[in-house]
Amino acid sequence: MSFELFVQNVFNSMTVGSLYALIAIGYTMVYGILRFINFAHGDVFMVGAYLIFFAEMLVPWPVAALIAIAGASLLGILVDQTAYRPLREAPRISALISAIGVSFLLENLAVVVFTGLPRPAVQPAWMVRPIAVGGLRVLPLTFLVPLVTAALVMGLLYVVYRTRPGLAMRAISRDIETTRMMGVSINRIIALTFGLGSALAAAAGIMWAMRYPQIHPYMGVFPGFKAFIAAVVGGIGSIRGAVLGGLLLGTVEVMAIAFNPTLSGYRDAFAFVLLIVILIFMPTGLLGEKNKDKI
Amino acid sequence: MSAPLAAPAAGPAAGKPLRDGLCTVGLLLAGSFLLRWASGSLNGYQIQLLNLIAINAILALSLNFIYGFSGMFSLGHAGFMAVGAYVSALCILTPAQKATIWFLEPIVAPLATLQTSFFASVMLGGLVAALFSLLIAAPVLRLGGDYLGIATLGFAEIIRVLLTNLVPVTNGAIGLRGIPSHANLFWNYAWLVITLYVILSILKSNFGNVLKSIRDDDIAAKTMGINTTSYRTMAFCVGGFFAGVGGALMGSLITTIEPKMFNFQLTFNILLIVVAGGLGSVTGSVVGSAVITLLLEGLRIVEYPFNIDLDLGLFRVGPVHVPGVPGMRMVIFALVLMFIIIFRRQGLIGTRELSWRALFALPSKIRGLVGRKDPGAGAGG
Repeated sequence: MSFELFVQNVFNSMTVGSLYALIAIGYTMVYGILRFINFAHGDVFMVGAYLIFFAEMLVPWPVAALIAIAGASLLGILVDQTAYRPLREAPRISALISAIGVSFLLENLAVVVFTGLPRPAVQPAWMVRPIAVGGLRVLPLTFLVPLVTAALVMGLLYVVYRTRPGLAMRAISRDIETTRMMGVSINRIIALTFGLGSALAAAAGIMWAMRYPQIHPYMGVFPGFKAFIAAVVGGIGSIRGAVLGGLLLGTVEVMAIAFNPTLSGYRDAFAFVLLIVILIFMPTGLLGEKNKDKI
Repeated sequence: MSAPLAAPAAGPAAGKPLRDGLCTVGLLLAGSFLLRWASGSLNGYQIQLLNLIAINAILALSLNFIYGFSGMFSLGHAGFMAVGAYVSALCILTPAQKATIWFLEPIVAPLATLQTSFFASVMLGGLVAALFSLLIAAPVLRLGGDYLGIATLGFAEIIRVLLTNLVPVTNGAIGLRGIPSHANLFWNYAWLVITLYVILSILKSNFGNVLKSIRDDDIAAKTMGINTTSYRTMAFCVGGFFAGVGGALMGSLITTIEPKMFNFQLTFNILLIVVAGGLGSVTGSVVGSAVITLLLEGLRIVEYPFNIDLDLGLFRVGPVHVPGVPGMRMVIFALVLMFIIIFRRQGLIGTRELSWRALFALPSKIRGLVGRKDPGAGAGG
């Protein structure tokens, strides 16, 4: 492989990896607090991509992006309040089944409302006009995605580690009952968690749609599964782990095919193989806390 | 790990063995006459529905056995079904058909001439699916709860990717067409009876008690000296076997299979049947299969346009043209699942079972209720 092609693939890995990372953060935050897989997260990502598609028809692109992110945030909170909140005291598996239900509901509602036909995504022209760097021709989008991701992750880390709601969030993930006794409004913090996670998912959805310029109701299924795997690989419950897992998964997917194009048909299987390998050898992931089952 | 069910399953089923045995034989005879009548006088669509109910019941029973009775949250059912369906199809397609189906790449040599009877093909489908369960059990069964769910889901997706790519064996994304349709009412219900017999026998045996104890508290089971891993592996393989059988019958019933068919949606439908019927209830899975299969078909009307024109005497509704909405069916289905899980987590049947003993006790129970003029407590199994 030529050096130029290699560099190009490194950029691709970073772009795909950042997108996985952004979605993975939502999974890991919800899992850290409520201990279940929010299956509907990938579909919130899809809704984000649709929202900007329709908002962009009325308002300029940056405003549309903000509307999409805010809309997806609200959707995330709404899903939690209607489908997960009644099941807080139920076995965790019930919440998981409810999440699967929400996921199918959102996908099929999208088919009903937006129709199943794929639509072209919104792509501001300057983002997809190739620029020459050295001997390479790269799209500004390729740089932009990792940069935006880095900024968003910084912002999130600030909220989680430097603000009082963030402190409450971390406390809940340690011990929900004690946190409640400390006078923290658990429900509001959970809503905040869903809001933040869904906002990041929507941001990822917007950028994903620009990169693969098409949106359709099932576009969230595979990125969702893979991002969850990224979260597990990085260590579920850890935001930094989710970022690391996302970048790792993006690199594995892009590079494996770059070095061995005959594997391209197996692209969707890499993530699951990686998941099973990680779960066997490092059940708590790369950065996860090592905790034993208590008897 | 959290046990999906709190309530203990039905108590000792002893009762009167001779009476119960005779009743069962009677029921089987009555059922076979009913099927004979059905295959002669019902139309093709109705027969298809009856077939689907039987196959869905087999699939639901196998998932319920893995999840409801053994406490392993598996989302890989579509994968096992795919294995069963492909193996069985490869066994019953004639060599002449195979020569025309694999036109992109030739089929691998030993498979080109392979042909078995339908029963053998379904058995083989189930056995190969069980073998796959055994292979993945080693790595994934160490995981608990939702990790197990996502790992088995991953397994099903890997199977789908393999089916798409291993063209010389599976014919790739085009799939297999023209599979001989041997799966008639007789075969489907015979397999349903076999499934019921095997699963009920296991549940009645000590093996079944061990499984339930692991489900309810695996640490306690371990301290009692139970090798939980080997029991869970066995249960997983039994479930995988019947999932493969269900897949094989399904393939022969609809005569066309392709990798896309075995997606997560399929697993979701089976999970819905199990949850709707009642986790940890054999009766529930059978009843759930009938209810959900009929509902899935009945709801097709919402996807086709129809007219409302009701004359209610006082006022008239319509004529209104209601356009069909593609996708609406699954929206309603997702809502049904969420409604059940939020408001009636135990499903239609809960963990209760229908048994001859309960059935024969019913008259005296009702008499007792009428005598005491107590309108409370309904009769249950």
